[in-house]
Amino acid sequence: MNLSRRQALAFGGAVVTVSLIPIDFAKAASDATMADIKSFTGGASVAEGGIELTTPEIAENGNTVPISVSAPGAVSIMILADGNPNPGVATFHFSDMAEPSAATRIRLAGTQNVIAVAKMADGSFTQTSRSVKVTIGGCGG
Amino acid sequence: MISRRDFLQASMAASAIVGASGFGNWARLAAGQRLTQDDLLKFDTFGNVSLIHITDIHGQLKPIYFREPEINIGVGAAKGHVPHITGAAFRKLYGISDGSPEAYALTYDDFTSLAKTYGRMGGLDRVATVVNAIRAERPDALLLDGGDTWHGSYTCYHTAGQDMVNVMNALKPDAMTFHWEFTLGSERVQEIVDGLPFAALGQNIFDKEWDEPAETFAPYKMFESGGVKIAVIGQAFPYMPIANPGWMFPEYSFGIREEHMQETVDEVRAKGAELVVLLSHNGFDVDKKMAGRVKGIDVILSGHTHDALPEPVLVGETIIIASGSNGKFVSRVDLDVRNGKMMGFRHKLIPVFADVIAADKGMTALIDEQRAPYMDQLSEVIGRTDSLLYRRGNFNGTWDDLICNALIDEREADIALSPGFRWGPSLVPGQDITREDLFNAVSMNYPAAYRSEMTGKTLKLILEDVADNLFNPDPYYQQGGDMVRVGGMGYTIDINKPIGARLSNMTLLKTGEAIDPNKTYVVAGWASVNQGTKGPAIWDVVESYIKRKGTVSVDPNKSVKVVGA
Repeated sequence: MNLSRRQALAFGGAVVTVSLIPIDFAKAASDATMADIKSFTGGASVAEGGIELTTPEIAENGNTVPISVSAPGAVSIMILADGNPNPGVATFHFSDMAEPSAATRIRLAGTQNVIAVAKMADGSFTQTSRSVKVTIGGCGG
Repeated sequence: MISRRDFLQASMAASAIVGASGFGNWARLAAGQRLTQDDLLKFDTFGNVSLIHITDIHGQLKPIYFREPEINIGVGAAKGHVPHITGAAFRKLYGISDGSPEAYALTYDDFTSLAKTYGRMGGLDRVATVVNAIRAERPDALLLDGGDTWHGSYTCYHTAGQDMVNVMNALKPDAMTFHWEFTLGSERVQEIVDGLPFAALGQNIFDKEWDEPAETFAPYKMFESGGVKIAVIGQAFPYMPIANPGWMFPEYSFGIREEHMQETVDEVRAKGAELVVLLSHNGFDVDKKMAGRVKGIDVILSGHTHDALPEPVLVGETIIIASGSNGKFVSRVDLDVRNGKMMGFRHKLIPVFADVIAADKGMTALIDEQRAPYMDQLSEVIGRTDSLLYRRGNFNGTWDDLICNALIDEREADIALSPGFRWGPSLVPGQDITREDLFNAVSMNYPAAYRSEMTGKTLKLILEDVADNLFNPDPYYQQGGDMVRVGGMGYTIDINKPIGARLSNMTLLKTGEAIDPNKTYVVAGWASVNQGTKGPAIWDVVESYIKRKGTVSVDPNKSVKVVGA
């Protein structure tokens, strides 16, 4: 059995003092992102959790950043790059037969939050986000 | 700051692991006693498993001087904790007396005079003696190399790593992981790895196109030692294509890949591993964060950030071992593994004092054989130093100040940039500088010394970017190098600010004027990650400068002001 990232995080929470970069959606997300989310949800409230988004912490190449997302029970998942001029990247729709997970590569204009919003079968919404750093690099080691 | 005793007690209570460090064995030698090989190697064999860890050798076959950092600032949760404790505070934490062998080996103060007393450290023929002594007591001990092995010297450069491969193969490691090795280019890496008589590991080495684990590198290897099933998982440096030129190994992608690490740990546990060892090139703070988030790792053998710690750091039930760099130290970790559980450990950071530990004669001969074709080049004296030349430290080192002075002079630049590498041995005042010494400080496979024009705005962007790689409060966003070293320009840095706001008071030193964001400056530097960078090799630039000066001396660098440390 593979532990999910979320379970690993929950287990780890007791001993680790370093947190992920905190995201406050109300403050952090751009107006364009909020508008895209609103058109996806129809203005319904959006919960947190129940959706896994995997990204690199630092992009090896901002022009093509591999990401993957999964949300058990989702009928569709929207991906947004909060710092891009047009935040909406992709929306995946899942049939009853398909496991609601997807992987793609996205272009990031700079360091920013990648946000995933899932619509569940019961019509509710949930979201998560990860910060991806785009760096000029060159002095490690 | 909590005391070491509190820390260990709290950790032990929380983890139910009993542990001991052999540090005291050599700490007690301070009372005027003569160091002996027996004292340095003394270890009461414990439990049923022994691990031997060496890492970040950076091509150093022969004994060297290596001064540990004076400035090593921790941010966020790392602030005030090892390895971000140096000098007197470090000695106090571990009960080390001033002027003792361990003060010389582990801290920076009085380096010049202590170097005269205690001599050079390292040398893979001495390391061989240490490894053989451990194997005599525990024949199936596992020898694990944390990487940054096939890089960093004149002979390593001219043989594309073959000198190190030949010597390490004779040491018979059981597994290794990677960083600078990839700057040999993926074709050469493939060629060497195909012939390696031991495991080449990296759970985070992925095929870039398919985003799947790369075929050349196994994520882990299972061993049986002392009747215990041991899984050794590899973790290569996560940010290779960012910190080093990705165009040299375009087939590969890396990253921390924490989820895949957890899956790998779960997989080896399911296969019956009773002990899970992570052979890591993450860097210490990344390892510490990972130890708190990935469940089921017993031991992390930590490399990349070159920290040498005389005791393990405990995170939950995981022990983290940091074994220094440049062949200065070998860690021995004995473990008691029973019923699939690590019940206790005994650890010793063995300092390889080159004048105390006898060289293994066979290994000396093998090392000299690698060097023989190049001896004329290696031994040529190109100048002399009046100053202690060292690199390690967050902001500047005299080696880089010398390199920056050479770049400004030889390339007629306003400002010079030298990367914040952590490798590069030290030279003591009065020492001749040979070509070998120079290569030890600059040897690499992308050595072009560029000369280009940059606006003040671009300079700030670069410095802010590098500063965030060092001082981002989340270790997963750090790359493990030190700050880029700057010649010809001063600045103030507030390490606790976010990216874009750390740097201020950027000043052109030759005029004393503030750097103008819109003005263009001539900047010379080296080790650019960009493909097609033009310019002479950095070693030619610095050699020309040193030869012209004859004897070099480097004034203390007071042009960087640090706030918030």
